[in-house]
Amino acid sequence: MNRDDFRAGLRGGFPVMLSASPFGALFGALAVDNGFSVADAVFMSATVYAGASQMVGIELFGNNVQPWLVVLSVFAVNFRHVLYSASIAKHIRHFTIIQKLLAFFLLVDPQYAETEQRGERGLPVTFSWYLGFGLVIYFPWILNTLIGALFGQLIGDPKAIGLDVLLPIYFLGLVLGFRKRDRFLPVVATSAVASVAAMHFVGSPWHVSIGALAGILLAAILPPEHRLRQGRAPVEKEA
Amino acid sequence: MDAQHLSLLYLIVAAALATYATRFGGYVLITQLKRIPPRLEAALNAVPAAVLTTLVAPAFVYGGFDVAAAMLVAFVIGLRFSTLRMLLVGWVAVMVIRHVIL
Repeated sequence: MNRDDFRAGLRGGFPVMLSASPFGALFGALAVDNGFSVADAVFMSATVYAGASQMVGIELFGNNVQPWLVVLSVFAVNFRHVLYSASIAKHIRHFTIIQKLLAFFLLVDPQYAETEQRGERGLPVTFSWYLGFGLVIYFPWILNTLIGALFGQLIGDPKAIGLDVLLPIYFLGLVLGFRKRDRFLPVVATSAVASVAAMHFVGSPWHVSIGALAGILLAAILPPEHRLRQGRAPVEKEA
Repeated sequence: MDAQHLSLLYLIVAAALATYATRFGGYVLITQLKRIPPRLEAALNAVPAAVLTTLVAPAFVYGGFDVAAAMLVAFVIGLRFSTLRMLLVGWVAVMVIRHVIL
């Protein structure tokens, strides 16, 4: 462990932690609102540690969606991480196997973005730096979940104080975050129409799988818009 | 602990494992095959937006007037500003509609 690198990581991750904090608290409050206990919410933040997919998880759980479909949706939303871990492979090759296993657990969007940038600028990606950057985001994420969940317990009717609109707006924000990607409009339009139609004709929760599949298939069928950047996964904002 | 709560804990553990799989899967994949086929990459690239859209569009269509209006306001905000700002403005919009206008 290198103390200076670790501290540099802490400093780098600090602003990310601050900007993620409201979302940790929001997750905690909405999780309780969707039938989680405070401990469940904290447990999910500590183990899954992926904000957007955690929100998807509680939304579907709250709507009594089949468990396997909830897990599949979490997996699908987190699929971008496959590209991240493929892309940072070249920068963390020198980590030991234990360090790698831990590094993958902490691989959230800003962690990926920062690691990639550091590597490309020719700065050393040491495990100490990586760990500092990751932990200063990880532990407050759990703490903020706890605070939000405790607050969420005090809320009687979530609709009266407008909590019910927050999840769809949050998801809308995430969708907008992808708008620079290739084929964004056709994919979103297809998934939107297919999910609404599936909701109408088949019913919940099938709108999720049917709508998503329609957009994904379209993306695979359409001719490529332009050459995708090679070797670097696009970074999304988790929040 | 009752059975229902136990199944929620299993669900969370499964979600955690699924997430972890995505986080080391790419590393394993890249060390096996050197390049991802373009159509597969395009499909993978579309996954998150496609999934998330299915949580947005039905809420907009079937959520009622107040929710749809708040989402529309948030959408306009979201074209320029952060998600946090969208949430704030959208929340204010729905509160105004529910408690002042209606």
